Amino acid sequence: MKEIERSTRNNLEGIGGWLNPSRYGWERISYWLQRLTGVFLLIYFIGHVYETSTIVNGQNAWESFLELTQTVWGHLFLIMVIGASTFHSANGIRLIFTHAGIGLGTPGRPDYPYNPASLNYRQKSGIWIALILAAAAMFYGFNVLFGV
Amino acid sequence: MNNTAIDNKNEQKITLKVYRENRGQDSGSHHDTFEVPYKKWTTVLDALLYVKSYMDPSVAIRYSCRMASCGSCGMKINGVPKLACYTKISELEKSTIECEPLSNFPIIRDLVTDFSRFFNHHKSMQPYIQTNDSTEADTSKGTFSFYQSPEDVDKYLQFSYCINCGLCYSACPTVGTDLNFPGPQALAQQYRYFADTRDESKKRLDIVDDRHGIWRCHFAGSCSKVCPKGVDPALGIQLLRSYMLGISKNDKVPAKKIEVNGNNNNNNGADTE
Amino acid sequence: MDLMSCLECNESIKMVSRTILKESQIMKIHYITGIAAIFVVALHIMMRLVVPFEQSLEYEYIIANYKNIIYVLILESILVLISVHGFNGIRIILLELRQSRAWENMVTVVTISAMIGLIAYGTRTIILANGL
Repeated sequence: MKEIERSTRNNLEGIGGWLNPSRYGWERISYWLQRLTGVFLLIYFIGHVYETSTIVNGQNAWESFLELTQTVWGHLFLIMVIGASTFHSANGIRLIFTHAGIGLGTPGRPDYPYNPASLNYRQKSGIWIALILAAAAMFYGFNVLFGV
Repeated sequence: MNNTAIDNKNEQKITLKVYRENRGQDSGSHHDTFEVPYKKWTTVLDALLYVKSYMDPSVAIRYSCRMASCGSCGMKINGVPKLACYTKISELEKSTIECEPLSNFPIIRDLVTDFSRFFNHHKSMQPYIQTNDSTEADTSKGTFSFYQSPEDVDKYLQFSYCINCGLCYSACPTVGTDLNFPGPQALAQQYRYFADTRDESKKRLDIVDDRHGIWRCHFAGSCSKVCPKGVDPALGIQLLRSYMLGISKNDKVPAKKIEVNGNNNNNNGADTE
Repeated sequence: MDLMSCLECNESIKMVSRTILKESQIMKIHYITGIAAIFVVALHIMMRLVVPFEQSLEYEYIIANYKNIIYVLILESILVLISVHGFNGIRIILLELRQSRAWENMVTVVTISAMIGLIAYGTRTIILANGL
């Protein structure tokens, strides 16, 4: 069975394929970022639920845990979370519309140079807007956390 | 005569790095490098055939029509899936061109890959017109032709231009890890038959509603980016999914059947496929 | 491994799995929880931003929040929505990585258990903090 699995998986691009978003344009970058931010946010969420649970052990436990997280690195991590959640949300909304077939154009009669209707500027600008919103949210978070 | 003189003067050489492996002999893989002369119009396939003719006849490639119609010569050119016959060396603007077999297809030898899994996924989509009318198959009752308006045809025509070259299957990041995901080609074909007014199958949406089915497409768009025929598989997949989400309503009116009487072919000028 | 057996084993192994929910239903839940989570997380952040950041982390302020029933409902819905959305996302990624019946069953069981576990743990915090 192992032998069969190895040979059927011969020449599969594998996880390296989605970790390298550089070859296929913005939509591939969006796919890569959506996954990375999704996994990162779930890890943060689990940590956040655990972190905030220390409140039930009284004020001392809560404040000693705060000391661990309210550091420069803790704040930088939080800024990453702000950026990741903004991008994941904005791009996620775009993707839900896309998956519902909205904003993709209609099938037609392809002609040279065969530019695909689905990879249009509505989609690309959606990705760019998500990135700009994430950068703006990170900037705002930086101002709040570091009080610049 | 004049043109030839100019061309000879401008003849340049390109370095072709070709992936070599023989799965039958299990002797590992390596790259062979060839210096090949090229002109403005030389395609990667031309260069590979030059290598086969004058340098190393053992290089294995699959090709046929040389005009992007048969879909045989798909390979990774500088890391991106392309048809070798449709890619000009001069347009790549690189001094070295690396030819590798398509990712996600098991390698047989050198640049030749095994398409069995790809075709199996295609077959599992039931890629043929299905009607509920049993009389249609009974030729003793006369033959029928379907009436389709140009608008009806436009709904699926684009997707029927697929040449099964496998470039989209090679570019798809989900296919890269999920063997059971049908891939962009098969899913776009599912939409092609779903959108066809001649097809009356009620099972099409169920076929792809699987944990390894259409929902494993995340619109990375790479399939449409590499498609050499403008099929835009990503568009077909999302349009099919909009029916599954209930956003698009399936109000398809089955194509009207018109009896064809002998030589009097009364098809009202409807142009099908 | 000879060439012929290599070709034969490329037949894709289709696994017919009996599931409680169809994949389309699961994905509808995924989209709905995603959109709903954006709204409740936005409320959660806005309720934190009405006071200066440092004050929002003070013990008494947070305990007071946990006694506010609207805030509690927001926290609980964030907990449920993001757990469902996040662990389904992880399930999708893991299903795409390997394909075998054992792996897929394991992925389903682990992600559902983790989802229930996290919801239970977060709910415990909310209930206990509400009683403080």
